[in-house]
Amino acid sequence: MLALSTLFKHSFSHGIHPDEYKDQTAALPTQRMPFVERYILPLHQHLGAPSKPLVEAGQQVRRGQVIAGPGAFVSTSLHSPVSGRVKAIGQRRFPGGRYEQAIEIEADLYATQRLEVDRPPDWRGLSLDDFVSVMQGTGIVGLGGASLPVHVKYSLRKGVKIKHLIANGAECEPYLTNDHRVMVERPAALLKGIEILHTLLGAEKSIIGIELNKPDAIASLGERIPSGQPFRVAPLRVKYPQGDSKMMIKSLLNIEIPKGLHAADLGIIMNNVSTIVAIADYFDTGMPYIDRMVTVSGPGIEYPANLIVPLGTPVREVLRFCGGLKAETKEVLMGGPMMGTPIASLDAPIIKSSSGILAFTAQQTARPKEVPCIRCGRCVEACPYFLNPSKLARLAKARQFDKIKQANVAECVECGSCTYSCPSGIPIVQLIRGAKSEMRGKRGKA
Amino acid sequence: MQYKDPRLLVQPSPLLKQQMTTHQTMRDLLFALLPVTFAGIWLFGFSALLVILASILGAVATEWLFSPAEQRAARLVDGSGVLTGLLLGLTLPPALPLWMAFLGGVVSVGIGKLIWGGLGQNLFNPALVGRAFLLATFPNAMTTWSTQASGEGFFQWYPSNFALPFMQPHYDAVSTATPLGLMKFEQQSTALPDLVLGNTAGCIGETSGLLLLAGGVFLVLRRDIDWRIPAGVLLSAAIFSGVLYAIDTSHYPDPLFTLFSGGLLLAAFYMATDPVTSPLTPRGAWIFAVGIGLLVVLIRIFGGFPEGVMYAILLMNAATPLIDRYTQPRVFGKE
Repeated sequence: MLALSTLFKHSFSHGIHPDEYKDQTAALPTQRMPFVERYILPLHQHLGAPSKPLVEAGQQVRRGQVIAGPGAFVSTSLHSPVSGRVKAIGQRRFPGGRYEQAIEIEADLYATQRLEVDRPPDWRGLSLDDFVSVMQGTGIVGLGGASLPVHVKYSLRKGVKIKHLIANGAECEPYLTNDHRVMVERPAALLKGIEILHTLLGAEKSIIGIELNKPDAIASLGERIPSGQPFRVAPLRVKYPQGDSKMMIKSLLNIEIPKGLHAADLGIIMNNVSTIVAIADYFDTGMPYIDRMVTVSGPGIEYPANLIVPLGTPVREVLRFCGGLKAETKEVLMGGPMMGTPIASLDAPIIKSSSGILAFTAQQTARPKEVPCIRCGRCVEACPYFLNPSKLARLAKARQFDKIKQANVAECVECGSCTYSCPSGIPIVQLIRGAKSEMRGKRGKA
Repeated sequence: MQYKDPRLLVQPSPLLKQQMTTHQTMRDLLFALLPVTFAGIWLFGFSALLVILASILGAVATEWLFSPAEQRAARLVDGSGVLTGLLLGLTLPPALPLWMAFLGGVVSVGIGKLIWGGLGQNLFNPALVGRAFLLATFPNAMTTWSTQASGEGFFQWYPSNFALPFMQPHYDAVSTATPLGLMKFEQQSTALPDLVLGNTAGCIGETSGLLLLAGGVFLVLRRDIDWRIPAGVLLSAAIFSGVLYAIDTSHYPDPLFTLFSGGLLLAAFYMATDPVTSPLTPRGAWIFAVGIGLLVVLIRIFGGFPEGVMYAILLMNAATPLIDRYTQPRVFGKE
């Protein structure tokens, strides 16, 4: 019945339906990854300015202690995920392959790793401005992928009134199930977080958008919504890229955010469900953002799992905990298979945006031979932003950067639906990314 | 436990891909055309097979000759040359001299495709370029329609098939008129069952309406072709001819006759849908398809030729860049 009524509901236009591959991990309860010897915490794992270190090499740190403060307004704090000693501050591997300034911490193997932090303030006494400054101290960022420090979103322009708070539980990337598990295992925390944000914002309605492939999450949250609260769970048709904020808003509210405006300008604020749970956890225990949920999956993984991993854990250790990589593994991605970043070295750490560690074999990494574009228009019908990807790819290949700008390349969110749907095997989104990063005048991440 | 890192690729995402490839689409098209081809050979005899083979040979030989040596093998198996040759062959009369069919194949691939820069670059449908060339060059041979040979005539062939190059063919077989010719010049309709089953004179591959429809539906279900184009072409042709039929039933053909006579089904499913020469966006596809339907009815009824499908498609091919320009998708969030 649920499925049937949703079929007639509004959804965003275009998009694709890749196989989900979520069965490997969707039903696995979350496990806690044990502490390891070495942690690497890059100073720039969020949008905006890098954090500034507040510790020195050789200094003892506690789990939960702040080790770097915000470097600007659009920047956030960083905390030690482990009790131990700062070994060095220097250039370390970042997931994309380049080296970045990072704090390396050697864990104290005999410490209890108990979280010792100050009591959090009572959220009921906070104004929205207080909330913003408190959030900057927690290190919480948007966990949907963009890693925008969460306080930035809540520092609203004067006169903006928020009507809708949206909890994004779409998790449209194949393989990933960490948001799914959070919704199934921690519905109370999620609803608490929604209550906090809803109250602080003075919102009228709060909506949790969840794709229909997570019926257990829809049910467990739906049952627990306190009566009298204007919260609701909205089941959504399964479609990629539903988790994109503008697509989610289109699906839920049938509002198309005009080009150049932000959701907040229309009275809408959206956060990922895991972000909201992290906010609730902070107000519950005072825990800053030091652990994150990671789905370890893919055909190259021996024992797939949903893990709670302390930030900074090297990818190698996470893989070792899951039984190591299978011999036929060809590539490891951080994030989902559609938008994730290839990992160049297993020394790279888990960072705040690492929603998944996925290992792939030749079956996924083999690129079809590229043949000429036959103008079939499948990319045009896939692009959720109504661009003409085939044209963008052609202009990117020809390096006609002025024309590609006119063709609205800036609107592309690099969701990869075009490359997915191209029968000629043209790496459309990769070409677009390349052109964009070249236009920015520096080398891109991947 | 000693843990050794595997050698890892650093290949940017996305790693997932849908299964359909351009080559598979071409193979599907060839597969969908097989029943029609066999029906044509059964109906018009061994000659039909020879004409088709000659035109495929011309197309593939041209593709091979003008490909860079290292790409020759790949080009031969990608199927686009064979497909062009087969589509052309199916639009030829069965008694056509083989050298003309061969020449048609050469022109289709050479002038229709390669001269533009190869696969994906051409403005006009290659098979129809070849056919237009043949019709302009050999108007007589291209409009001499033989009676069907099915049954005992299967192993006989038309002597005109073997006319020497650059010689006028000699026709001694009984020639007849196509349903469209009968309609145009003698105001004589053909019974619908004959049209549907293919018991009429005409081009090799255009007469069996039922098989054309079946292959077309197969392609639409496999999503090899854009359903909007055949739907738009057939609907608009039916509607425009229906309007005329409603005005004067004695003078104009009924919509069903329009749909099942001539090359309309073959063209709607297999030629107008060529993605290279049709518009990119769904909106453009509708405009393109309705334009073809309208032009077909106009040419057939008010033009000098009994059949207008080929010119209708070529004209709309020419309009495709213009349609594309005005039907670019609207960017999300922009009015």
